[in-house]
Amino acid sequence: MTSKLPQMVEPFSQSLKSRGLSLTRLKSTVLQINVGLLCNLACRHCHLEAGPARQEIMSADTVSQVVELSKRFSFGVIDVTGGAPEMNPHILDLLGGLSGRGARVMLRSNLTAMDGPGREQLIDLCLDKKVVIVASFPALNETQAESQRGKGIFLKSIEVLQRLNGLGYGKTGSGLELNLVSNPAGAFIPNNQSQLEDRFRQILMNKWGIEFNQLFSFANVPLGRFKKWLVASGNYVSYMEKLAHSQNPCALDGVMCRSLISVGWDGYLYDCDFNQAIGLGLGGQQIHISELEELPVPGLEIAVSDHCYACTAGSGFT
Amino acid sequence: MESYYQPEDLPKFAEIGQEAPELAKKFFDYYNAVFAEGELSEREKSLIALAVAHAVQCPYCIDAYTQTCLEKGSNKAEMTEAIHVATAIRGGASLVHGLQMRNTAQKLSF
Repeated sequence: MTSKLPQMVEPFSQSLKSRGLSLTRLKSTVLQINVGLLCNLACRHCHLEAGPARQEIMSADTVSQVVELSKRFSFGVIDVTGGAPEMNPHILDLLGGLSGRGARVMLRSNLTAMDGPGREQLIDLCLDKKVVIVASFPALNETQAESQRGKGIFLKSIEVLQRLNGLGYGKTGSGLELNLVSNPAGAFIPNNQSQLEDRFRQILMNKWGIEFNQLFSFANVPLGRFKKWLVASGNYVSYMEKLAHSQNPCALDGVMCRSLISVGWDGYLYDCDFNQAIGLGLGGQQIHISELEELPVPGLEIAVSDHCYACTAGSGFT
Repeated sequence: MESYYQPEDLPKFAEIGQEAPELAKKFFDYYNAVFAEGELSEREKSLIALAVAHAVQCPYCIDAYTQTCLEKGSNKAEMTEAIHVATAIRGGASLVHGLQMRNTAQKLSF
């Protein structure tokens, strides 16, 4: 879906050109896998508009192709995302197949989906393979968190975090990493991640005895459900302007798309999960995983659009 | 609609320095130093600023510090409590002057 809104800010590609910059690939060391848009939640900031009614999930065949890809090439990090990845029926095969070759395998979770029926095996596998859990936890305030993610999710998330801590996740020396992600509940850009992390650490420990390793705070990307909300609430123009005005050329060096290859639920390849949301293929091309003989070569141009302002605002999006 | 207050003026705040750049520089240097992390966190200082903005009834400051508080990780419940603090002090300040009224009235009446 492309924007039909009038152009409010300088096109991102033009802003790069006017500064004499370009966005090109380095060596691809990160494999990101989106296993589908099915999710138990319908968060207001979701760029993919994932939700309980979505049917698009990665098939067993594509899972096999992804596992094969991870064997053919040496990735340092493998990032499994969704939707709620826990809801894909082939998730155990995928995580099992990806683990054990030295890559740091990460599972992105909204926490509440980790608690569903039949998820014990998934948690056991995560423990066994030391899968890093990257959990969405937007706010320390119940009202604020639930305005983004839905009624009842806050205390459920707290329960799951306590359970993960009980299994060793987030505990020093356990080798079981638990990281939190806090996306703003609205049209504002977070700043000073380390101060936010200190506060989350203090309050989660004091109120609920919860520990975690790191907190990441990312600006919401103006796509999908979040973009619709921005437009409907009259915040779209000011948000885009804010992102564009916060553009930090230094952040370009570290943006994730430079070293990442993103596989969609249907096996098509992208430069990142956000390009996936608008169907903007790898380097602007439509390439399926079955057609990929070699990883994209360093120097190849990355497909960009105006949502890329979100990844280059402030300290960036890594 | 015309108004004495224009939201689009807020980002132009720095232009106030055009006629007196040295004074403006002193003010903005001081301003930035005040809001830097110190014994109080930047988040706490923003909540104080939001409360003071309501006390001095500055719509520009309310707009700016509502956004800043959110960006610094505060939530609406904390921001509302901060405004109640400002309200309590404003109300209390009026009320405590009632003692002056009482003293004067005491002097002037039986």
